[in-house]
Amino acid sequence: MSRFGNIGHRLYQGEISFDFVGRRKLWYSISGVIVLVAAIGLAMGLHLGIEFKGGSVYTVHKPGLSVSQAQDVANKITHDSTAVVQSTDKGDVRIQVSSASGVDASTFTEQLSKELSVPANEVDAQVIGPSWGHEISQKALLGLVIFMVLVTIYLAVAFEWRMAAAALVALIHDLLITIGVYALVGFEVTPGTVIGFLTILGYSLYDTVVVFDTVKENTKGITKQNKRTYSEAANLGLNQTLVRSINTTVVALLPVAALLFIGGGLLGAGTLNDISLALFIGLAAGAYSSICVATPLLAQLKEMTPEMKDLAKRVAARRAADAKAAEQAAGQGEHGDHGEDESGQPAGMVGQRNQPVGRARGKGRPSGKH
Amino acid sequence: MATPKSRPRDGYPGRALALILVATVGLVALMFGTGHKTPRLGIDLAGGTSITLTATSKDPSAINKSSMDIAVGIIQQRVNGLGVSEAEVQTQGNNNIIVNIPDGGDQQTAIKQVGDTAKLYFRPVLTFAPSGQPAVDPSASPSAPATGSPSPGASPSSSATGSAATQASPSAGASASASKAGRAVSGALQADPTASAGASTAATPGAAASPGTPADPAATPAPATDPAIAALQQQFAALDCSDPAQRKDLQTDPTKPALACSFQQEDTAVKGQKVWNKFILGPVALNGGDVAKAQAGFDTQQAAGWQVQLSFTDAGSKSFAAVTGQLATQPQPANEFAIVLDGKVVSHPYVQQSITGGNAVISGNFGQEEAKGLANVLSFGALPLDFTKSDVTTVSPQLGGEQLKAGLLAGLIGMILVVIYSLVYYRGLGLVSIAGLLVSASLTYAIMSLLGATIGFALNLPAVCGAIVAIGITADSFIVYFERIRDEVRDGAPLRPAVQRAWPRARRTILVSDFVSFLCAAVLYLVSVGKVQGFAFTLGLTTLLDVVVIFLFTKPLITLLARTKFFSSGHKWSGLDPKRLGARPPIRSSRRRGSAPSAPKEA
Repeated sequence: MSRFGNIGHRLYQGEISFDFVGRRKLWYSISGVIVLVAAIGLAMGLHLGIEFKGGSVYTVHKPGLSVSQAQDVANKITHDSTAVVQSTDKGDVRIQVSSASGVDASTFTEQLSKELSVPANEVDAQVIGPSWGHEISQKALLGLVIFMVLVTIYLAVAFEWRMAAAALVALIHDLLITIGVYALVGFEVTPGTVIGFLTILGYSLYDTVVVFDTVKENTKGITKQNKRTYSEAANLGLNQTLVRSINTTVVALLPVAALLFIGGGLLGAGTLNDISLALFIGLAAGAYSSICVATPLLAQLKEMTPEMKDLAKRVAARRAADAKAAEQAAGQGEHGDHGEDESGQPAGMVGQRNQPVGRARGKGRPSGKH
Repeated sequence: MATPKSRPRDGYPGRALALILVATVGLVALMFGTGHKTPRLGIDLAGGTSITLTATSKDPSAINKSSMDIAVGIIQQRVNGLGVSEAEVQTQGNNNIIVNIPDGGDQQTAIKQVGDTAKLYFRPVLTFAPSGQPAVDPSASPSAPATGSPSPGASPSSSATGSAATQASPSAGASASASKAGRAVSGALQADPTASAGASTAATPGAAASPGTPADPAATPAPATDPAIAALQQQFAALDCSDPAQRKDLQTDPTKPALACSFQQEDTAVKGQKVWNKFILGPVALNGGDVAKAQAGFDTQQAAGWQVQLSFTDAGSKSFAAVTGQLATQPQPANEFAIVLDGKVVSHPYVQQSITGGNAVISGNFGQEEAKGLANVLSFGALPLDFTKSDVTTVSPQLGGEQLKAGLLAGLIGMILVVIYSLVYYRGLGLVSIAGLLVSASLTYAIMSLLGATIGFALNLPAVCGAIVAIGITADSFIVYFERIRDEVRDGAPLRPAVQRAWPRARRTILVSDFVSFLCAAVLYLVSVGKVQGFAFTLGLTTLLDVVVIFLFTKPLITLLARTKFFSSGHKWSGLDPKRLGARPPIRSSRRRGSAPSAPKEA
């Protein structure tokens, strides 16, 4: 534990630094592959729950009732053998009847309760019109689009458009991955899952926004110096919030994991399970994307601006000069330590890192910093 | 932090703390005081049936608020008519109606009926009689026709309406006896079936007729020749409308006579005495679709009180004219036509004359509510809406209970895990986050309970999920702030200033991220339907509470704690031990990577 805390400290000071931004090609290719696989999965189609297709589901709890028995009864009621009968983890029997069977739900419930001698109000039934799932998903999609537009505008105003764009890409990335996992693994998509997908929106952005906030702080006044490029400053910001990102993700995942465990383990399939499963995948993807996709992408976008190109040139020039100086110093056998410090990347960042903070802090109180 | 001299450097944390504690205690006290100690549970947690009806129409503009409201009104009435208590009917989104029927009622019938288009028929009354009326001793109430109980007195006003002049309608001949309008009933009265053909006021109800004792109803209806009718009369004798099980839709074929019960208990001649009436009705004369419009209005000109104005479609007008022309010539009660909703007689006014203009007025001693209720029933047929059952979910009380238990258990486990994690990682500060989570949880619980009573918020499964997910969001705000404080401490700042300096930066981060989260919840709430909405509501609520808690609770509490020796000295268990955090104390900052003061020297 204390070692972990120590890592937090060393990350903060820049003593250890994971080069997230610099390895963007790696992240891009990883994400690219995942997204591609997810897209292939999507193309194969999602396993839509009965909520989206229309039909009815009945759950009967009766000890000793076997699947074949229930199937017989169901067939008798529908006069064909289209009903899908399964037993759940809890020993209940679940009967799915498609809307095409034309048997009224109440009639089905009544007959079922008669045939199996189970009270009618103890039969859990769900009947869904064929257009209902369509409506839910349509509304959800509408919400998604409205939310994305609003949040992009907000981020563009509060931060800048490049951050908004990067955050949006990360968001779409998360959604694609989550839905892709559903498609590939063949989990059933229910309205509960849709809720889970939608929550990922908020959460994924939430995480990204916190990281961007630090990056923004770290890169304030960056053009006024020539020690670090934007990418390096962004990477430092990322490393500084790394502990927070990990902690946040852990803290967010813990309750969701509890939901997943309880929902899946004790209840069998259900709304709880559907929501938490989508959330679990989405949260994990969100934590990854805010670090490995959003920020590198932001840095890349930023580096394309003339000021940042200029800065990168100056930083390179300065480093070259420093290196030369260091060479000379090494030749003289003096001050090698110092030169290395200035040119060595991690330490260089550390030296610089106090500057913006010092400024922010300097407000209202005398400070030696300028 | 610029600090005027009068103010302590770190503000008055006590005030904010006091504020939120008072608010929390106040809300919790209000919760207990008003007796709403638990949030209202949704169908999926309490058990019952939830039906989502989606309106469709050929004319998209027909799906508007007013027609949806009328539909809600009538569906409520239909569900209540089934004897289901506490059913809840409400609109959701633009075109959905949710019907929640708690466990216990006759759910199967309700499910069957609610989604069906309401069957609204106008049928001539052949005869009717009270049934199963233990309270009234027939002999006890001989008063009938003469007594002119208040209601009959009222009915005549209807006949007044007949005068075309007053009403826009040329011929509002309808009469009063809305369900309420009293019918004289006792068996003693069977005396005079031919009575008053709608003419005299007091007489009307009295005529009503057939014996109260189901003894010899057969005697009453005149056209007893038809064997079908004779068979019906047999059944009529046996029908006991006071038995809820027998009050169902007994109509078979619209072209044949049928039996029916009254929709609710109707007044008798005896004041305060109510009874279930049973009817033999003729073939359907008109149906709901023939009504073009119906509305309740207050008749000021004739002081007739509340009445219901009806207009018919072209086809409807013709049939109505024909029927009323025929009915008007009949003796009581055969001059009445029954308005039959789902097989139950909602109202049975008598007809005074043939009504030809396509407009009619039903009057009687309606209260405003009754008039509106009847108008709603009548307009339903005219509503150009079809309702389809989009989602019918029946949850047994056992499953509901299990889901609730599982949700609570998951919440508890999640909370404990978060608590353990923050204690291990943040030590002393972890206690702050636990306290914050507790405040947040009690606020959420109290507000949910109170909202259940005020705006009918019902806690359903997705809402529980939203609350559990919110644990993460709330805890994250603490983490953001704690990490900022620790950053400051790492930079070598003493704790008290570190707490103050960390705040503006943490605050901005928290506000920005909470805003994004709230935006998500708000958009979802406004756009979505069904379960998604419950989830969005909880998420939005808890996000708002998160801001409240971090501003009014966490920040002031940490400010206060920073003044204590335990934290400010950086005790090993405080979670802010500079050594653990790896900060280099300013005194030993001569090393090159030192803190701020050393920098100028370097330059």
